[in-house]
Amino acid sequence: MTRERTFRSEAIVLKRSDFGEADRLLTLFSREQGKLKAIAKGARKPQSRKTGHVELFMRSNFLFAKGHDLDIITQVEMVEAYAALRADLVRTTYASYAVELLDRFTVEHDKHLGLYQLLADALGWFAADEEMLLPARYYELRLLSLTGFQPQLFTCVSCAETIAEQDQFFSAELGGVLCPKCQTADRRAQPITAVALKVLRFLQTRPYDAVKQLHLRRPVHTELEHIMHTYLTHILERNLKSVDFLHRLRQEARP
Amino acid sequence: MANALPKPVQRLINEFARLPGIGPKSAARLTFYLLRVGDEQALELADALRDLVERTRFCSVCFNITEADPCELCSDPNRDDHLLCVVEEPLDVLAIERSRAFHGRYHVLHGAISPVEGVGPEDLRIEELLARVAQNRLQEIILATNPTLEGESTALYLQRRLGDAVPKLTRLARGLPVGGDLEYTDEITLGRALEGRQEL
Ligand SMILES: [Zn+2]
Ligand SMILES: [Zn+2]
Repeated sequence: MTRERTFRSEAIVLKRSDFGEADRLLTLFSREQGKLKAIAKGARKPQSRKTGHVELFMRSNFLFAKGHDLDIITQVEMVEAYAALRADLVRTTYASYAVELLDRFTVEHDKHLGLYQLLADALGWFAADEEMLLPARYYELRLLSLTGFQPQLFTCVSCAETIAEQDQFFSAELGGVLCPKCQTADRRAQPITAVALKVLRFLQTRPYDAVKQLHLRRPVHTELEHIMHTYLTHILERNLKSVDFLHRLRQEARP
Repeated sequence: MANALPKPVQRLINEFARLPGIGPKSAARLTFYLLRVGDEQALELADALRDLVERTRFCSVCFNITEADPCELCSDPNRDDHLLCVVEEPLDVLAIERSRAFHGRYHVLHGAISPVEGVGPEDLRIEELLARVAQNRLQEIILATNPTLEGESTALYLQRRLGDAVPKLTRLARGLPVGGDLEYTDEITLGRALEGRQEL
């Protein structure tokens, strides 16, 4: 049996750090092998042929050579730059959020085509859509479904009774909606309005093209964001850097 | 598991391994090199480290690393006070100085905004920059942050904060690298090189 010395894959750049004299260590999410780390030699030099193809959030075609500890990138050609993500700080922050979430929910060398496609789509939405909140919520729910953390929105997480579309409670701890009778099953469960619940269900079950048509009022957005961030930080047991950053940006924007 | 290495050796290996770009193997290599090379060179390194810590500080004007405060670049009377170049790191000052194409003053941010790494504006010398801009009558600020995502984010943020505080706010031109081949240039660089084209 011969061990394959090189392999090809399309991949998206999740993270990068300086490595050695002029190299970069990239964390990639690849179509063919899931998350992996690889070295881009010379990529900090502007004249390197790799430089403009391995920036954060770029989707590129890579050729890798198997190395001792880390794989080496031998060729790379950009497929999609998502240039608009670089021209606006809010878009940059949402793209960072998408990438950070995916990084936190995945382990290395675990191929997942669905997640790959979701990330590629999400970067496209954050680059092109007018507003960021709906695509962010849709992305979170899809990501949770694909990684086995889909919140339970149709039956009570405690008694399994069907949940009516009325004001209820959401338990991050138990992973879904609690009916009013079971509210005490998690004392930290937070209220969720009927309309927010309805929107979450819609996002969880419909394609993005349908979701895109929704127009929500500001308070509904705020409620949804709060519920999702509470749920996500509960699962991850840590704050997300890009979320903290987003809050700071918003605080500054306030007069 | 017994550790065959004497404590001082292990300690230096650990210290080297904390440096960026140095893995455990390189750290061990460097340590054993110093053991072999003789006392004089090894102590020279120790001296240099002590000097670095004891004799350098940040310039209170531009935040570059300096022995004297204010630094040489800030106190040089022959430099143009109306031009300010904002960079991420002290090494960027050196690079621009090597070009001999700039004769104004500098401001070192000590990093760049990064939503991914959680580096925010308050982690950088941005308030100091704004104060400096408010106190001095500048004609132009050149944002010379890196053409990376972080550098661009920082430039966007500074653009927002500086607004009309200065008559002219510019960004380093992003063009083709010298010695590069059009064929291998990525589309973002090529697009910007086209936007920034100059009349002959
Ligand atoms: Zn119940
Ligand atoms: Zn100075």
